[in-house]
Amino acid sequence: MGEKTKEFWRWKEYNWSDETINPKEAETISAGVDVGSVSSQAVIMVDGKLYAYSNMRTGSDSPDSARNAINWAMEGTGLTLDDIHYSVGTGYGRVNVPFANRAITEIACHARGGNFMYGPTVRTILDMGGQDCKAILCDERGKVTNFLMNDKCAAGTGRGMEVFSDLLAVPIEDVGELSLDVDEEPPPVSSTCVVFAKSEASSLLREGWSKKRVLAAYCSAMAHRVVSLLERITVEKEFAITGGIAKNAGVVTRLERELNLKALKSKHDTQIAGALGAALFAKSLVEKQRKKAVQ
Amino acid sequence: MKANYGYMDGSGEFFITIDTDLCIECSDRSCVDACPAALFEIIMDDYDDEVVAIKQEHRKKVKYDCGACKPVSDRPPLPCVEACKPGAITHSW
Repeated sequence: MGEKTKEFWRWKEYNWSDETINPKEAETISAGVDVGSVSSQAVIMVDGKLYAYSNMRTGSDSPDSARNAINWAMEGTGLTLDDIHYSVGTGYGRVNVPFANRAITEIACHARGGNFMYGPTVRTILDMGGQDCKAILCDERGKVTNFLMNDKCAAGTGRGMEVFSDLLAVPIEDVGELSLDVDEEPPPVSSTCVVFAKSEASSLLREGWSKKRVLAAYCSAMAHRVVSLLERITVEKEFAITGGIAKNAGVVTRLERELNLKALKSKHDTQIAGALGAALFAKSLVEKQRKKAVQ
Repeated sequence: MKANYGYMDGSGEFFITIDTDLCIECSDRSCVDACPAALFEIIMDDYDDEVVAIKQEHRKKVKYDCGACKPVSDRPPLPCVEACKPGAITHSW
């Protein structure tokens, strides 16, 4: 594929399952499906343990994306939709998850998922999604205590990063590391609008700036933009980042520098936090249902 | 929970904050009827509590929807803030 037709923004889609867990012996199998504007994830939990997940690009049809995500997560596990006791849909397309028993906002799900991924000490979760950015404060149980969401423009979101990846013909997975490979931090480009930032970057390239330098200027602008969002709700320790941008070392390092805080690390994929939270909600809800049925 | 509805853009920060812990305790929810632009609605939140929220269709334009209640000078008390007995509603601008 030539450089002109190559999709530099395209990130790797994949699925995973824990082969040490036998879902056939499970008491509760719960699922969470996060249909976002850019990516969709499905998480399957077996008795509260992470069992399987998938992470893929959202298509033009939300119900189809939800079905594809859950089917891919179940691939090779022997599970079918009938084996899942309760499902929760979340994300932009949460009302379009045909097999979900309930829809819950991604804000509550990211807080719950973040609590599972980073432990009960996490208090501030920054979800840098495909088309929005959410700053969430939560308590030790993962319940939201304060939130702020910016979904009015693409500045500070994954979509903005994809635009830059394509503009500079740099694979999206390499953007972060490359942006850190500069001798001196350049001034940030416009942080209020991706379109302005893109035209500013084009001018800088014409002026002779290297790709690395332009990427550094954009990652810096993105970090700056997000910090202003976080400052409104006051960052509390411990702090963690979820969503696709959490994988971009260039943005994360600059954010940590501006906040003077280290973000917590997780062994789990940061993109599954919403679906993971939804699966945890699903487990609680099915248990609540069972308790009610017994009474 | 402090629920911030609104946005920030190049022209500033525009958020209506509803403290749902205070809102839950309120029985009459008079803010819903007090708003001349009908921005408020009663919803069941993710934790199964009945609270007031800003309607989805208004969240990205609160600056303009609230404009009539916010003249440049001689600004009267905001009807929603005044109607909210527990003091759960605040505006950032």
